[in-house]
Amino acid sequence: MTGDSAHITAGFIPLLDAAPLIVAREKEFAAQESIELDLVRETSWASIRDRVVIGHFDAAHMLAPMAIAGTLALPPLPVPFVAPIALGTGRNGITVSNSLWQMLADSGLEGGTDAACAAEALAQVKRERISDRPLVFAAVHTYSAHAYLLRYWLAEAGLYEGDDVRFEFVPPPFMGDALASGAIDGCCVGEPWNTAAVADGHGHVLTTGDSIWAGAPDKVLGMRTDWADQNPQLVRRLVRAVYAAAMWADDPANTEELAGMLAQPAYLDTHAERLKPGLSGGMSGARSGFANHAASVPHRAHAAWFAAQMVRWGEVKLSNGMMDTAISTYRPDIYANALGVAADDALSTDPMKKCRLFDNRDFDPRDVGTYLKAFAAS
Amino acid sequence: MRDASLRILIYDENHIRASILEEGLREAGLEQIAVVTELNGIVARIAEFDPQVIFLDLANPNRDRLESMLQVSRTISRPIAVFVDEADSDTIDAAVDAGVSAYIVDGLRKERVTSILDITISRFNAFNRLKSELDEVRTELADRKIIDQAKLLLMKRRGINENEAYAMLRRTAMSRSCRIAEVAQSLVMTADLLSGDGK
Repeated sequence: MTGDSAHITAGFIPLLDAAPLIVAREKEFAAQESIELDLVRETSWASIRDRVVIGHFDAAHMLAPMAIAGTLALPPLPVPFVAPIALGTGRNGITVSNSLWQMLADSGLEGGTDAACAAEALAQVKRERISDRPLVFAAVHTYSAHAYLLRYWLAEAGLYEGDDVRFEFVPPPFMGDALASGAIDGCCVGEPWNTAAVADGHGHVLTTGDSIWAGAPDKVLGMRTDWADQNPQLVRRLVRAVYAAAMWADDPANTEELAGMLAQPAYLDTHAERLKPGLSGGMSGARSGFANHAASVPHRAHAAWFAAQMVRWGEVKLSNGMMDTAISTYRPDIYANALGVAADDALSTDPMKKCRLFDNRDFDPRDVGTYLKAFAAS
Repeated sequence: MRDASLRILIYDENHIRASILEEGLREAGLEQIAVVTELNGIVARIAEFDPQVIFLDLANPNRDRLESMLQVSRTISRPIAVFVDEADSDTIDAAVDAGVSAYIVDGLRKERVTSILDITISRFNAFNRLKSELDEVRTELADRKIIDQAKLLLMKRRGINENEAYAMLRRTAMSRSCRIAEVAQSLVMTADLLSGDGK
């Protein structure tokens, strides 16, 4: 037991990477830190954000770019957030409708989920078969890893917002319905919602988030900056509980139990079998993890990458001050402080390491201007 | 002082709640109100109407989509969710408890927003009360139906009268600390299974 017992309410969206929070409660890692952890499921990311801002939730399963957007004072809710721990990497996919899948197959796309091949095939289908209208792709929120991975991957295929692509935004559990209804041609969403769409016969997985960027960052544990400042000790305890839960969730020996736990009506409310591809099967890339592969470390380079994407797509103007503010959302110092030596090791390897995506272009977080110019030129 | 010129858009897929709110705002002297009950076409409607305030249900799963539309269309310049400092924290608590969420044009003065937000909150609460009363009535009706069925079964099988049948259900419910309707439900289900009619 450490510190006085405290009560924390956290919001989550039904997704696999809510696992560290759910496990922290169910396997009593929170209780070991004298935290009574209440979890509340939400329907939209906007509600998650609003309820953190008004103090209904002390912390939440949050889209990393959403936390950064708040700190950057972007509309509609300019409130600074911090992310002292990340909730995992990978486990996203790009799933397309049956009719688009058929066109891709007709044009010679073979099995496999290689991002570059998929992009090339999509560009060809767009050119030859769907030239009369924009493709419609959905992500889960404007400020989401999914939106930026999708835009990045589509841009590699030469497809940009406008005549080529129109973007839609749909909460994760509704993606399958959106595909089935023909409202969208494809989507980028976290597990288990790709697997669910396939199982329900609504679509096919075209490529995985992991294939676009192995070990791509995604959700964080987000909280209001002023709340974190006022409760430094409690935040450290929460980080320890979530980290311990993430380690437990990564252990293959626990996969069966984890799938059953997450599938319960109060959490993801689905079949345990549908969670397994994302936990240990084909939708879990080699660098997917909750804590493995330093997946829980809030790498500042990741914050910088998200901020650079916001600049690339015109959501914010580039400046040194803006990059510093964006990066300040991520708090590896709190993470390291809470976890001690293990975290120091994780961080000291390269605090502002380069990131490399499927196009083999390096992202150097210390020189975002040059990085972005390369895209503008191509 | 309320400002009749304020343009307010209500987006609510629940027609009843939308009209309750519209009525409340009109009673308060607000004249420029547009009601939209589905997301399709909302961007064009926003562009045409140019609202300064948009109200919607906090639990609407389309919120993420609407926010992106507001951002992309730029028809409403810098929409701000009303959870920052446009209203005092009591009002915000009340709004969220009632299930209200709102977006306003950046720069709209706090006092212009607060009074209409108060009306919206009270109308949402009125709707919530109405809904829970309706739910209660529905449950009551369903309960009565199943209890009647169970009473008939007992009367037939045990050769007792209606009062005795009801007393038997009530005793069982009390001894198991559950509702009479629950006892009735299991009795009817069991009878179905035993009778061989159940598939």
